Amino acid sequence: MIRIENINKRFKKLQALSGINVQFNKAQVISLIGPNGSGKTTLIKSILGLVKPDNGTIFFNDEPITENVEYKKNIGYMPQIGRYPDNMKIGQLFKMIKNIRDEKELDEELYFRFKLDTLSDKSMKGLSGGTRQKVSAALAFLFNPEVLILDEPTAGLDPLSSEMLKEKILSEKEKGKLILITSHVLSDLEDLTTDVMYMQDGKIVFNKTMTELRLETGEEKLGKAIAWMMKHGLQKKELTYLKIAK
Amino acid sequence: MFKISKYVLYDILKNKVVLAYTAFLFIVSLSLFQMEENSSKAVLSLLNIVLIVVPLVSMVFSTIHWYNSYEFIELMLTQPISRKRVLLSEFTGISSSLVTAFLIGVGVPVLIYNFNSTGIALLLIGSMLTLVFTSIAFLASVKSKDKARGIGAALLLWFYFALIYDGLVLSILFAFSDYPMEKITLVLSSLNPIDLGRIYLMLQMDISALMGYTGATYKDFFGSQVGLLYTLGIMLVWMIVPVCFAFRSFNKKDL
Repeated sequence: MIRIENINKRFKKLQALSGINVQFNKAQVISLIGPNGSGKTTLIKSILGLVKPDNGTIFFNDEPITENVEYKKNIGYMPQIGRYPDNMKIGQLFKMIKNIRDEKELDEELYFRFKLDTLSDKSMKGLSGGTRQKVSAALAFLFNPEVLILDEPTAGLDPLSSEMLKEKILSEKEKGKLILITSHVLSDLEDLTTDVMYMQDGKIVFNKTMTELRLETGEEKLGKAIAWMMKHGLQKKELTYLKIAK
Repeated sequence: MFKISKYVLYDILKNKVVLAYTAFLFIVSLSLFQMEENSSKAVLSLLNIVLIVVPLVSMVFSTIHWYNSYEFIELMLTQPISRKRVLLSEFTGISSSLVTAFLIGVGVPVLIYNFNSTGIALLLIGSMLTLVFTSIAFLASVKSKDKARGIGAALLLWFYFALIYDGLVLSILFAFSDYPMEKITLVLSSLNPIDLGRIYLMLQMDISALMGYTGATYKDFFGSQVGLLYTLGIMLVWMIVPVCFAFRSFNKKDL
């Protein structure tokens, strides 16, 4: 569904993405993890056309994303930090987006579960961080997109809302959608993930299915499996350096 | 595209600055017409005010509104809406509200007191200058990373067009005073939309006789149909080219 071919992006002195080649398919839930500054958000923004890569191409359903913005109809994006016009009210915001998109089939489950209808007269300026996240989440799922890209979805959400969101992600997974999630909270991703992609310094360190990961590391829990990969990956590197030194 | 322009307009109208601008223009125009018995003289005084105020307000308001709408623009870009459409909607919303403000603020008094070719020319020049300077402001805003830089650039550009440019032209004229400079002065003046507007309007009136030989040369050219087309043409170039550069820059921008 999404194919990324040889993407590079440099921001002045920082090489944010370096030779990224990857394919994401339907019914996958990919956990995109890595240290801060590894390029996760830049990769996501490149898929959405918010960041323009220096070279390489991104394909959505085999069509380059630079052709046409229509592909975004099929993507629901939840940003890490939602930025909305200060003087708009929640109700107005949703009404405006619905009006602009003009689509008949709406998925308002999160909107109502997060009780955003009771807050429709609150202006965006006065919202807490968590409530903003709820707005972002509701918007991402609103048009029932085939692909969901969620950047730190549970950050700032209270435990109850966090569970509601995870339940929603799970139900979308069962519908066979492609879901790309970045998160530092690995325990949240535990029940949802089918694949794990680890990035560091703008490169993909590994991209494996959960099954492969569990087999290779011998660990059940995602956090422990990742830690194992990192430790043994580092050991491999040390051995290589030793060889070169000799 | 008009769906988005509608929201931009709505946001602008809620912002009372445009209403204050309309009121300001209205009061100034009305006072000038009331004070001067000869309505043509009033138009001349009004012209000088319009040539300073309209570019300044257009540039500053457009720049500030762009930065204030940044979140809205980001939100729109996560939706299946092209960058071109977003920029064009912003431009349409801002320029149409400024032009309307001008046409009401100055147009109504002109309609009442001096509705002739000169009055209409004034309204035309004012509207075109609004569009030109909104366009330049967009280019400055898209290229500048933050609000302070953008507003600084807008103010500097206004200063250049309104004041410095004429000084430069005069220095050139002075430096080459031994040579016949009429045609060159014509060309140089017409490269600045403010000067172009001033020349065009003054030649609609009969004061050009006071300008002597230079005035006669200008009258010869600008008084004619060709002159009108030339004025419109240059103004259109000034309206379209900056926005085109702004599009190109915006298309490559990382958000």
